[in-house]
Amino acid sequence: MKKYLKNTWDALWTIFIGMKVTWKHLFIPSVTIQYPDEHRPIPDRARNRLYVNIDDCIGCMQCQRACPVDCIDIKTVKALPTDELGLTSKGTKKALWVTQFNIDFAKCMYCQLCVFPCPTECITMTKVFEFSEYEREKLLYNFSNLTLSEVKEKEENYAKFMEKKAAEKAAAAAAKAKAAAEAKAKQEAEKKDNDNKPSSEEKDS
Amino acid sequence: MYDLLTNLLGNQIVAYVIAASLPLIFVLTFVLFAVLAERKVSAHMQDRLGPMRVGWHGIIQTLADMLKLLQKEDIVPEGADRPLFNLAPLLTFLGTYAAFAAIPFAGIYVGSSTAIGIYYITAVSGLVVAGLLLAGWASDNKYSLYGAMRTAAQIVSYEIPTAIAILTMVMVSGTLSLMKISDMQTAHFWNWWILGGPETGIVKFLLIPFMIITFLIYYISSLAEVNRTPFDLPEAESELVSGYHTEYSGMKFAFFFLAEYANMFAVSAIAVTLFLGGFHSPIGYLGHSLGIDWLIPVEQFFWFAFKGTALVFVQMWLRWTLPRVRVDQLMVICWKYLIPYAVVNLIIVGIITLL
Amino acid sequence: MALKTEELVLNMGPQHPSTHGVLRLLVELDGELVVNVKPIIGYLHRCFEKHCEALSYNQIVPYTDRLDYLASMSNNLSYVMGVEKLMGIQVPERVEYIRVIMAELQRIASHTVALGTYGLDIGAFTPFLFLFRDREKILDIFEATCGARLLYNYIWVGGLSHDIPDEFVPMVKKFIKEFRPTIEEVNELLSFNKIFIERTANIGVLPPDTAINYGITGPSLRGSGIKWDLRKNDPYSIYDRFDFDIPVGEGKVGTVGDSWDRYWVRMLEMEQSLRIIEQAIDNIPDGDVHEMVPKRIKAPKGNVYVRAENPKGELGFFILSDGKNNPFRVKVRPPSFVNLSVLGELSKGYLVADLIAILGSLDIVLGEIDR
Repeated sequence: MKKYLKNTWDALWTIFIGMKVTWKHLFIPSVTIQYPDEHRPIPDRARNRLYVNIDDCIGCMQCQRACPVDCIDIKTVKALPTDELGLTSKGTKKALWVTQFNIDFAKCMYCQLCVFPCPTECITMTKVFEFSEYEREKLLYNFSNLTLSEVKEKEENYAKFMEKKAAEKAAAAAAKAKAAAEAKAKQEAEKKDNDNKPSSEEKDS
Repeated sequence: MYDLLTNLLGNQIVAYVIAASLPLIFVLTFVLFAVLAERKVSAHMQDRLGPMRVGWHGIIQTLADMLKLLQKEDIVPEGADRPLFNLAPLLTFLGTYAAFAAIPFAGIYVGSSTAIGIYYITAVSGLVVAGLLLAGWASDNKYSLYGAMRTAAQIVSYEIPTAIAILTMVMVSGTLSLMKISDMQTAHFWNWWILGGPETGIVKFLLIPFMIITFLIYYISSLAEVNRTPFDLPEAESELVSGYHTEYSGMKFAFFFLAEYANMFAVSAIAVTLFLGGFHSPIGYLGHSLGIDWLIPVEQFFWFAFKGTALVFVQMWLRWTLPRVRVDQLMVICWKYLIPYAVVNLIIVGIITLL
Repeated sequence: MALKTEELVLNMGPQHPSTHGVLRLLVELDGELVVNVKPIIGYLHRCFEKHCEALSYNQIVPYTDRLDYLASMSNNLSYVMGVEKLMGIQVPERVEYIRVIMAELQRIASHTVALGTYGLDIGAFTPFLFLFRDREKILDIFEATCGARLLYNYIWVGGLSHDIPDEFVPMVKKFIKEFRPTIEEVNELLSFNKIFIERTANIGVLPPDTAINYGITGPSLRGSGIKWDLRKNDPYSIYDRFDFDIPVGEGKVGTVGDSWDRYWVRMLEMEQSLRIIEQAIDNIPDGDVHEMVPKRIKAPKGNVYVRAENPKGELGFFILSDGKNNPFRVKVRPPSFVNLSVLGELSKGYLVADLIAILGSLDIVLGEIDR
């Protein structure tokens, strides 16, 4: 009987205490904010959308290698010795045309692992977090500032350059081979002269 | 009211229809308000803001929600028993709405001035159980079925303490007519039944604690009857997803929603009528002191709506404070606690009234 | 004549409000009574262990975030300790202090979610939001420190990704001051509420020997009255320097090892975590957090098993290295997975509503169970 009455009392009393707490909170100003109208302050270190300062990028691909989900896709073309790429803000000399610097934000997990290895600090995380899209393709950001035709041009230039270089190399190699052959022939001729023993087999080889 | 309308329109049938739909207007407005209020109350109790977008502080949010529900596709599950599935929301709302017929909103308006109002309400609210049971059965969903079985057990059990509490009141006041009970508590708030009613002397003071107990018993069991926390097992979100209305969408769901909120007001209205002076003002009428006759019914309606809403607010307050009880504990509370207390209370009140 | 009856098989989940994620419970019911429960997992499988074999050691750290996504810092810590042990790195004092503070803040954050959602399972909505409000404050601290609110990738092999910002210490102190009243409030509102006690006391009683047989760890084990906490029993990092207690279940309102005890142990643990943070926050030594971060992480051949006391229990990492850039094998011992295994045994014979209460009191996270 005593327990029975105590149970009743406990139930009513604890309910009353709970109601007191919620009543108190009814008059406490809310802690939430009206999001699209107000924004909470985002700290400086916030990790949101990546930004690439392509002018500083030297195309070293360190970020691509650091990315655990392979969301960064970089393609580079070697610059011609005659090309003027300028220096990065850190003074590093650029030697590559960054023809493609794609980051797929549908894949990105904002782990910041790509930011730390960058030697020129050109890839950074920004405070922008409102960039949702209706189509997945639109989340593929290309940071390269070269147009398609430019890319093609660079590629062709480089291909031509390589061809030329290869041709030069081949020519040089051929010339070298020729010179060597001539030298050899001369040597052999001298040898022959010295030995006075001409033989057709030796000549052919 | 009928006589007035009949004289005005000259047609009895039209007068009946108008008189019968007046509570509907009230119920719809009340639900629009109450749904928003519930969201706002819960939000502020939890340090949030609640709906803020539609209108000033989200004031017409419920209207927007209703429009959304209207546009929704009406999905009937494949295995469902179609006729029953369609019938259930209507039946539920009907049961709730029927109760409004005997509730006196003001001195001049009561749907049916029957002499057995409270008896009628107790009886007719049984229809709600049928509706909910049908909904659970027809949905062909295990969660719905569980919800429905729980509802049936719960509402039927809790009718008993409710009935005993009402019986206590009937015994004290000596009438079944809600209009008469209201009129007994006229003038000032110390005439309310919860404060001993119009009795005088020692009887009044002896009655007060037991009237408060009666009120608490009635209020707690009415919470269970309208499936509100801590007795919201039939729709226990964390166990049964949504209970009996899991499979309902669109307008049919809106009907359940409407019925739930209307029911909340109905039980509060009965509590107000029985214990808190009904439609009578606690502090006297402005109409009397100013001598404006037509102001009195308006005031009466205001006080009725105000008191009813206050009790609905307490229901919301409880909902956002308390956890939910378990199904067997629900029965324990009913059979082992509320009913014995109610019976003992009934006997004591009976003895006091004999004094 | 007896009516022919059979059990009702109810598929609870994978989409269900209170299965704490995409867990599916195959429940056999006799009326409202639970006859049998079979948890079916794998809806959130992400091949974590296989992925690790293709990733370098520091690339795995963001993946460990996603194991128990409510306690990312603690996951980071235990994985990183493994790699450090393998490579023989001794991290600077400052790093150790910051790690401990972070792990304890994370423990509080994880417990707030556990307790809040537990209240939600029982039907009380408001304590959940009070606790979430304070969790946000912890997340704010984490965001100011490492920029992320949920998946931190903060603790690195040999150090930390960032040093703590200037506002860190005041923020933590402010949080401690503001959090203690919340604990009080939740106690008033939920812990000692009669209905809550009725719902959880004597429900899902886990006897100590069963708990040990099943390998239960963390607050769920301590709820059964066993004083086992790796921070004390097998101290790692610098936990041996701090003074704190290990709360155990005492059966304050019911039997030892019931759901309420498991709940209450978490409640008390938050207070102990606050104590550890208070001791550590003023004594952070100066130093460089990047000092010991290796340029290239290449673990020597060998294997290592490390374990740490996560908010959910004992999180173990087995790392097998063949001397290359990537680990040869990483095996995780997730506490939630082991703790879930006892559910069938615990909930037999209780009601459906109790099943939810028991599941909630075990505090599982599906990210960790399915990996």
